[in-house]
Amino acid sequence: MARKLLLEHINVPGINTFEVYSKMGGYRAVEKAVKTLSADDVVEEVKKSGLRGRGGAGFPTGMKWSFLAKPEGVARYLVCNADESEPGTFKDRYLMTYIPHLLIEGMIVSSYALGANTSYIYVRGEMMPQIKILEKAIAEAKNAGFLGKNILGSGYDHEIYVQPGGGAYICGEETALIESLEGKRGNPRIKPPFPAISGLYNCPTVVNNVESIAAVVPIINDGGDEYAKIGIGRSTGTKLISASGNLVKPGVYEIDLGVPVEEFIYSDEYCGGIANGKRLKAVVAGGSSVPILPANLILKTINNEPRLMSYESLADGGFPTGTMLGSGGFVALDEDQCIVRNTWNFARFYHHESCGQCSPCREGTGWMEKVLHRLEYGHGKMSDIDLLVDVAKKIEGNTICPLGDAAAWPVASAIRHFRDEFEWHVTHPKEAMERNYGLAKYADPLPAIEEVTS
Amino acid sequence: MLSISNTEEVVLTPELITKFNEIITRYPDGKQKSALLPILHLVQAEYGWVNSSAMDKVALYLGLQPIEVYEVVTFYTMFFLKPQGKYVLEICRTGPCCLVGAEKIMKYLEQKLKVKEGQITEDGVFSWRGVECLAACGMAPVLQIGPDYTFYENLTEGKIDELIENLRLKTADKSAQQIS
Ligand SMILES: Cc1cc2nc3c(=O)[nH]c(=O)nc-3n(C[C@H](O)[C@H](O)[C@H](O)COP(=O)(O)O)c2cc1C
Ligand code: SF4
Ligand code: FES
Repeated sequence: MARKLLLEHINVPGINTFEVYSKMGGYRAVEKAVKTLSADDVVEEVKKSGLRGRGGAGFPTGMKWSFLAKPEGVARYLVCNADESEPGTFKDRYLMTYIPHLLIEGMIVSSYALGANTSYIYVRGEMMPQIKILEKAIAEAKNAGFLGKNILGSGYDHEIYVQPGGGAYICGEETALIESLEGKRGNPRIKPPFPAISGLYNCPTVVNNVESIAAVVPIINDGGDEYAKIGIGRSTGTKLISASGNLVKPGVYEIDLGVPVEEFIYSDEYCGGIANGKRLKAVVAGGSSVPILPANLILKTINNEPRLMSYESLADGGFPTGTMLGSGGFVALDEDQCIVRNTWNFARFYHHESCGQCSPCREGTGWMEKVLHRLEYGHGKMSDIDLLVDVAKKIEGNTICPLGDAAAWPVASAIRHFRDEFEWHVTHPKEAMERNYGLAKYADPLPAIEEVTS
Repeated sequence: MLSISNTEEVVLTPELITKFNEIITRYPDGKQKSALLPILHLVQAEYGWVNSSAMDKVALYLGLQPIEVYEVVTFYTMFFLKPQGKYVLEICRTGPCCLVGAEKIMKYLEQKLKVKEGQITEDGVFSWRGVECLAACGMAPVLQIGPDYTFYENLTEGKIDELIENLRLKTADKSAQQIS
């Protein structure tokens, strides 16, 4: 059983209250930081830990913090990204619901490190219950002297406010989130300037995911070096994985980075295998934005090495045969699922969520949705398949924010790996309406590497 | 299409204004525009939707041009621009939920309520719509009901029956109380 850092006490009754949380050792990290460490010491520990952003991009957190501009007399902000809208991802909701004080404690320590006296937690508007939970946790922490003026006599002042979103996936993108927090439409900003120089109210700002901020607590308690011992290579520490789809035990799991994918799917400690005795067809490993992989390529890399749940191993093979850890939204598709339908559903999602600022994203996502719809409903042409690849290519890299890429990759990768299934929809339109293509050869042993590259 | 139908004039109650006053203290001086989303949620919770009179009042309160409020209300999916049923059932229709039967549940809901997506039942109690991933994919299929956004997870046809029955009873109880 791996050691849990974030969810260790998740099953302790009353852990959502300050009383129980602090009795279990909570808020030690705040005491340690404000009483014994300088702000720079905290940043240094986070750097040593090797923690990488848990929101999707995987950027090293300590490095991000060290880029924060510190002009005299200008406020700095920490904004926690609790917008959690990437399809397949539900770990932040879980953490905030059951152990809200872990996030509040992380917010205080992180804000201290950044010299921020006011911080905001931007929670997607649909999570009203979680907003209430966090506000209660903040009030309790303040009552106990961990928030407000002169925290624990250290001279450090800090307030946290919770801000609701309005229901828009794009507001998870950090500059759109900042716009939204300023009371505007969630249109991403052109970078540079980066938020570290000019973010909220044009002040230096750090935006971090809920899980990244929570991870700062064990890092400060145990030291960055201890944290870095967990995991594998540059994938240090533990990660919350949201497991969904056709699994025996979907849910949120805290894993040591580096667990084999096969173990994660099939062992009883984690997902317990594929539901209803079915076989695995495909996996979307890191939220809807990352490339989909067929069963054989998610379990093993193209070099026939076991694939691991780590940033590097999941990306092994690059775009042709790899994927990404992303936000840790792990979606399993069984043999009865239709790849074309799933791809259409995702394309519909991105079209719906495009903010509309850039033509390639606004028009391209709509185009892909339409073409996929007609393939799924039996009106597709063979040339539609290459058309989709072409549209995806024209979006990728040509937009203000990464939503364009996020819309293009699922389509491009589905066609790359499941082209025969798309073709079958064209050649057998009636049959495709009545039954699914099935498992085909997607779970077969991988072909030898020469055959693949030739 | 947007139909911002103008009905009666909205008067922001003193209770609402008190809440607004607390919200704007969360932001630095001069940045009260940040209060727009939280305030709009309160307005919708009070009236069930956001009409243009309410938007104008909010603009006046925050010292904004009305257009600054309109453009925000129309950008975000949570705000309703026309009246809804008393309970709006919002069911997730995104990929991971569909893998475990969300589409079937949506069909069932449609048949059960006998109204299409976005329409209101004759008695005014229900409307429903599909929404995008609610960050609950492990408990799929799921639906939520505002303004508290209570969650209903691992939905089955039986659970839908039960939920709708309970909400109908609750509404009937309330109207009985009002009459007596
Ligand atoms: C379209 C889009 C949606 C995103 N949604 C989220 C989200 O819901 N939560 C999140 O933490 N990061 C999200 N991100 C990533 C953020 O832009 C940002 O990288 C992240 O919050 C940084 O925090 P981290 O370094 O702690 O991961 C999204 C990015 C894009 C492009
Ligand atoms: S890529 Fe899409 S979502 Fe991002 S800014 Fe452009 S139009 Fe908006
Ligand atoms: S896909 Fe339905 S909650 Fe995520």
